[in-house]
Amino acid sequence: MALNPRVGGGWSRSSPRPFGARQLAGLAFIAPLLAYLSAFYAYPLYRNLDLSLRDYTVRSFVQGDAPYSGWDNFSTVLHDPTFWPAMRNTMVFTFVSIVFQYAAGLALAVFFNRHFRLASTLRALFLIPWLLPLIVSASTWSWMFNSESGVVNYGLHLVGVDPVGWLTSPDWALTSVIVANIWIGIPFNLVILYSGLQNIPAELYEAASLDGAGAWQQFRRITFPLLRPVSAITLLLGLVYTLKVFDLIWIMTKGGPGDSSSTLATWSYQLGFGTLLPKFGPGAAVGNILILIALVFGLLYIRVQRRQES
Amino acid sequence: MKSRGYTVIGLVLTALMLFPVYWMLNVSLTPQQDMRKSPPDLFPLHPTFEGYRAVLDDQLPYLGTSLLIGIGTVALTLLIAAPAGYWLAKLRSRTGGALSLALLIAQMIPGIVMAMGFYGFFLDLGLLNSWWGLIIADSTIAVPFGVMIFTAFMSGIPGELISAALIDGAGTWRTFRSVVLPLSRNAIVTVSLFGFLWAWSDFVFANTLDGGGSWRPITLGIYKYIGNNNQEWNAIMATAVVASVPAAVLLVLAQRYVAAGVTAGAVKD
Repeated sequence: MALNPRVGGGWSRSSPRPFGARQLAGLAFIAPLLAYLSAFYAYPLYRNLDLSLRDYTVRSFVQGDAPYSGWDNFSTVLHDPTFWPAMRNTMVFTFVSIVFQYAAGLALAVFFNRHFRLASTLRALFLIPWLLPLIVSASTWSWMFNSESGVVNYGLHLVGVDPVGWLTSPDWALTSVIVANIWIGIPFNLVILYSGLQNIPAELYEAASLDGAGAWQQFRRITFPLLRPVSAITLLLGLVYTLKVFDLIWIMTKGGPGDSSSTLATWSYQLGFGTLLPKFGPGAAVGNILILIALVFGLLYIRVQRRQES
Repeated sequence: MKSRGYTVIGLVLTALMLFPVYWMLNVSLTPQQDMRKSPPDLFPLHPTFEGYRAVLDDQLPYLGTSLLIGIGTVALTLLIAAPAGYWLAKLRSRTGGALSLALLIAQMIPGIVMAMGFYGFFLDLGLLNSWWGLIIADSTIAVPFGVMIFTAFMSGIPGELISAALIDGAGTWRTFRSVVLPLSRNAIVTVSLFGFLWAWSDFVFANTLDGGGSWRPITLGIYKYIGNNNQEWNAIMATAVVASVPAAVLLVLAQRYVAAGVTAGAVKD
């Protein structure tokens, strides 16, 4: 058998068949993935695009003979009164979530970077919110935010604040799901930023404290600037992940009351599956708009990451 | 002296962070008549196991289905991701770069969009409401991640080990099976853990593709409890506690793999 050309380059040159058994065997390793990606990624995405470009009803969805309708679904969606609230909520949800997750994650990473007893155990415990199934976190927060019997309102009562209709008032529903989402996202930020801190040489801090720099000075002059590449990656990745959050909002508020906490993700699902009379076309159109937004930030992430590697 | 102060602050912060988890446990043990008491009981002074009895009565089939789907997802993910990772790490031609990029982008596609695409596809194939259809859908969360982990890990296996095996007359497949795979134990564990946890936690695919099935996962078991306007929050929270067990086990048994999985792909060091 010919040798792997990457492993033993000198040998493979003398091989009589450059595309022999080795390449064929190599193909067998990657073919399952290619088949898998085509069938279970590319095809569903194609189906979704097709859905958004046709005028589907429940009947034609089953029979598959819906007429082509061009950009009609997109235009319907863009002119829907829910579009701008959902867009605004998506942006608020995403940006507020990642700003707080990042700030809390960074503060905790710096804190845990000081070596004290139990530090690694406590840091591990901080992972729990991220590991719990979303439906578990979402239903727990739902009950904590309950207007009459929730522990959050009880806490407010103790400090003399009137009860808030966290999930039932249009003014507070978005805030409530953002709070729960920040809680879930902190561990992710903590772990990545903490591993970034490990790569900052300790000598820099020693030199700085010899020069008389205090803790805040050290953070501002050393930690934060040197952590910038990791921060960029964390924020962009957080952006892409937060844009597509669905479970949490759906379970806690279903996007309501009204449209007050509905995002592009929940609205898309609401259109396609949330009613007795599904609007698959517009639902898929919203989904595709969401993909487009995610891809913009996703490609930005890839660019930043590539630049850091080189 | 100073270190002890940090430990105390650390304990307080951890307690604050984990309060919702504590509250879930507390509510799961609260008797139904005390549920809407004001002020609420901050500690389970009169614990009841009604909630957990309800889990035993109602939720066992759901838990079994989730276990089955989790294991199936892990098996399918490993079967596809491990060989592909080896190809990308050691056998690849020039097309590898484009494939890695595609995998990265695949991870950014929102779950609801995939769910909607799968819905029509599964309707055609008659896969709706089947547990193995759900295994296929759930594996799409883990496969791109798995390929990336295996690629990164197998790139670190010394080429000499592989060429030695090849010189000894082992074929590509034998080399992969008896040299590369045993050395990749850590990657296998990491991918399996996350594959299982994601399949176990999945709600979007389950609710879309398996909402009316006779084999439904635990996430739908909880959702059904909530959706019935069920006011028995001790039963809901008890189910939530039981559904959290895999996450807890994972954290205790495999903490370093978890941290490795979170940072993989995000940070190169």
